[in-house]
Amino acid sequence: MQTPEEHQPASLGRRIWKSVLDATLIPVLAIFTAVVLGGVIIALVGGNPFAAYIGLMQGAFGSAKAISETAIWATPYIFAGLAVALAFKGGLFNIGAEGQLALGAVAAAWVGYALPGMLGFDLPAAVHIPLVIGFGMLVGALWGAIPGALKAFAGGHEVINTIMMNYIALNLTSFLLNGPMKDKTPTNVIARTPEIAVSARIPVLFDGLRVHWGFFLALLMAFLIWWLLWKTTLGFEIRTVGANPDAAKYAGINVKRTLVLTMALSGMLAGMAGAIEVTGLNYRHELGFSSGYGFDAIAIALLGKTHPLGVVLASFLFAAMRNGGSRMQFLTQIPVDIISVIQALILLFVAADAIVRYIYRIKAKEDRLILTRGWGG
Amino acid sequence: MDWRRFSFIGLIIIILFGVVVMIGGAHTPPLVIIASMLATTLTVVTPLALGSLSGIFCERSGVVNIGIEGMMLTAAFFGWLTAIYMNTILEFAPMLSLILGVVAAIFSGGLMGLLHAWLSITFKVDQIIGGTVINILAVGITGFLNRQLFFEKGSIFGGNVPHAPGLLPVIHIPVGDALAAVCGGSQGCLDVAVALGKIFDQKPIAIAAVLLVIISHYVLTYTRWGLRTRAVGEHPKAADTVGINVNQTRYINVVIGGMMAGLAGAYFTLESVPSFEPLMTNGRGFISLAAMIFGNWTPFGAWAAALVFGAAQALQINLQFFRDFIPPQWAFLQQSYIVGLAPYLLTMLILTGIIGKTTPPAADGVPYEK
Repeated sequence: MQTPEEHQPASLGRRIWKSVLDATLIPVLAIFTAVVLGGVIIALVGGNPFAAYIGLMQGAFGSAKAISETAIWATPYIFAGLAVALAFKGGLFNIGAEGQLALGAVAAAWVGYALPGMLGFDLPAAVHIPLVIGFGMLVGALWGAIPGALKAFAGGHEVINTIMMNYIALNLTSFLLNGPMKDKTPTNVIARTPEIAVSARIPVLFDGLRVHWGFFLALLMAFLIWWLLWKTTLGFEIRTVGANPDAAKYAGINVKRTLVLTMALSGMLAGMAGAIEVTGLNYRHELGFSSGYGFDAIAIALLGKTHPLGVVLASFLFAAMRNGGSRMQFLTQIPVDIISVIQALILLFVAADAIVRYIYRIKAKEDRLILTRGWGG
Repeated sequence: MDWRRFSFIGLIIIILFGVVVMIGGAHTPPLVIIASMLATTLTVVTPLALGSLSGIFCERSGVVNIGIEGMMLTAAFFGWLTAIYMNTILEFAPMLSLILGVVAAIFSGGLMGLLHAWLSITFKVDQIIGGTVINILAVGITGFLNRQLFFEKGSIFGGNVPHAPGLLPVIHIPVGDALAAVCGGSQGCLDVAVALGKIFDQKPIAIAAVLLVIISHYVLTYTRWGLRTRAVGEHPKAADTVGINVNQTRYINVVIGGMMAGLAGAYFTLESVPSFEPLMTNGRGFISLAAMIFGNWTPFGAWAAALVFGAAQALQINLQFFRDFIPPQWAFLQQSYIVGLAPYLLTMLILTGIIGKTTPPAADGVPYEK
C-alpha cells in the first residue's frame, strides 16, 4: 500500500522531469529539424553534409583550444542574448542590441586607450578595467534608454526605433573610427581604434588559451539577471509590465518608468557585450567586427525561451556553430554562411513551434509566450 | 492625412532642398539645383514607395509585416541571379535577361510573402517575430548563395562573376525637349529646361512605383477587393459574417505585398547598380514601414512621407557635387557619415507622434480565430 507521503518524491521527480521535457522538447526538435534541413541544403549545393557537420564539431570541441574559442564566441552571445531576453520579459522587442553593442565597444575602447593619457598617469588595472567595462555599459544603457523613452512618452514603436538607432550607431562608429578615434599608426589603413592600455585588459583564464575572465562575468551576469527578474521587486515589475501593461498600471506600477528602465538595462547588457570584447579579446574596436551579433542575439533569446539559463545554453550552441563553421569551411569548402541559414531555420522553427508540433505530432499546450504586440501596444 | 502632417512633410522637404540651394546657389542656378534634387528624390524614393505599398497591402488586411527588408533583399538577389544567369544563355538580348530578372524578383518576393502569410495566418506565429525570422533568413540565404554560387572554387560560375546584363534603361519622356523648344536661344533657359526634363527621365521601376501608388489607392478605395481587404483588416468577424473568406483574403494580400517588396528588390540590383552586395537594402524596408505608419496606412500618405526620406538621400547625393562650396562653419556637411544620419533621424522624429497620431487598422497583427 502506498501512502501519499511515499508517493510524493517519485511524483516530484517526475514533475521536474516533465517540466524539463516541456521546456526543452520544442527547442531540441527545432534544432534537429534545422540541422537536417541544413544538411539537405549542403547536399543540394554539392557538399557532403556528414563531412561538414563532423568538421563543425571538430572545430567547436575538438581540442582545448577549440573549446576555449567556443567559449570566447559564447561570451558576447550570452550578454547580448540576455539583453534581448530581458527586453522580451518586459514586453519590448530590442532589435537594437547591435548598435548598443557597437557603441559600448567604442566607449570602452576610448576609456581603454585615451584615459591614461588624459589623466597623465597610469591607472592600476583594478581601477582601469572596471572603468572600461562600466563606461561601455553606461553608453549602451543610454543608447537603449532612448527608444525606451520614445516608446513610453511619445508612442514611437521600439521595433523601428531600435533598428534606426542601429544605423545611426553604425554611421557614428564609422565616422569615429575613420576620423577622431582612428588608430594613427603610420602603417594602419583600417578603420579601428588604437590598442587599449595593458592596464585595461582582462586577464586570460588559462595560460596559452585566449578564453578570459569575461566569460566568467557572462555566466555571473546570467545568474544576476535571473535573480533580478525572479527575486526582486524591479524584476517583478518588469515581468508584470511585459505580461500585461494595463494590469501593471492598475496595480500601481509606474509603467513608463519601467519601460525606460527595461530598455536601459537591456542596452546596458548589450553595451557590456561590446566592452568585454574590447577589454578581453580584441584590445581595440574595429569596424565591422560586431556585425550580426544583434540578430543572433534575437535568435538566442527566442531559442532560450527568454530564460537566462536557456540563453546561456543557446549561446553555447550558436558559439559552437560559429566557431566550428570556419573549420567546416576549411575542410569541406562549404561557405561558413550556411551557419546563418541553419540559425535562421532554428529561429523559424522555434518561433513557429506549431510547425514543429505538426511535424512531430505533439499536442499544443495552452500557455503561449506572448512576446510582442502590434503597432498599437 | 491631416494638414499638420502634410505641412510637416512640405516643411522638411523645403529645408532639405534649401540647404543644397544655399550651398550650390552661387555656382548653379537655383532652379537647376531644385530640378536635380527632384529628379534624384523621385529615383531614390522608388524602393521606399514600393516597400510602403507592401506594408499597406499586408497591414490593411490585418497582417503586420516587418519582413519587408528581408523580402527586398531576397528579391534583389534572386532578380540579379536570374538576370545574370539568363544573360549567359541569352547573350544577344540583355534587355530580355533584365526583364526576366525583374519577373524573378517579383516572384521571389511573392514567395517570401507566402512564407510570411503561412507563418502568421496558418500557424498564427507572433507576426513581428515572423517578420524578424524572414529578415534573418534573407540575410543568411542571400549571403550563403552569393558566396557559394559566385566566389567559391568549384562553384557554378567557377569563381568568376559572369558579365552582367547592365541596367534597365532610362525611359525618355520628352518634357525637357518640349520646354527647350519654347526657350528660343537663351542659354540659361535651356539649362533649366534640360534640368526639368531630367525629372521625367526615370527608369521603368521608378515609373512603375508612381503608377502603383495611384493604382493601389484606387484598388483599396474604390474596388470590391479593396473594400474586402479593409473589412478584413478592421473587423474580420463582421467580414466573415457577410461571407468574406478572411484568411484567404489575407493570404492574397500578403502575397501581393511580397510582390511589391520584390519589385523594390529588383530596383537595387537591376535598376540602381548592376551588382549584389550582402545587406545592400540597408534599412530601406524599415524606413518604408515608418513611411507607411506616418502616412496613416494610405498609399498617397505613405508616398508623401517616403518623399521626405528620398529628399534626405537626395541631399546626401547632391551635396557631393558641391563639396568644395560648403562653407567652413558647415563643415559637418562634408562628412557623409553625418549627413547619412538624416533619413534615420527623420524616421525616429516622425514616429514620435508629435506631429499627429496615426491609427493602424483595428485588427492589425491579430490572427483571426473563428
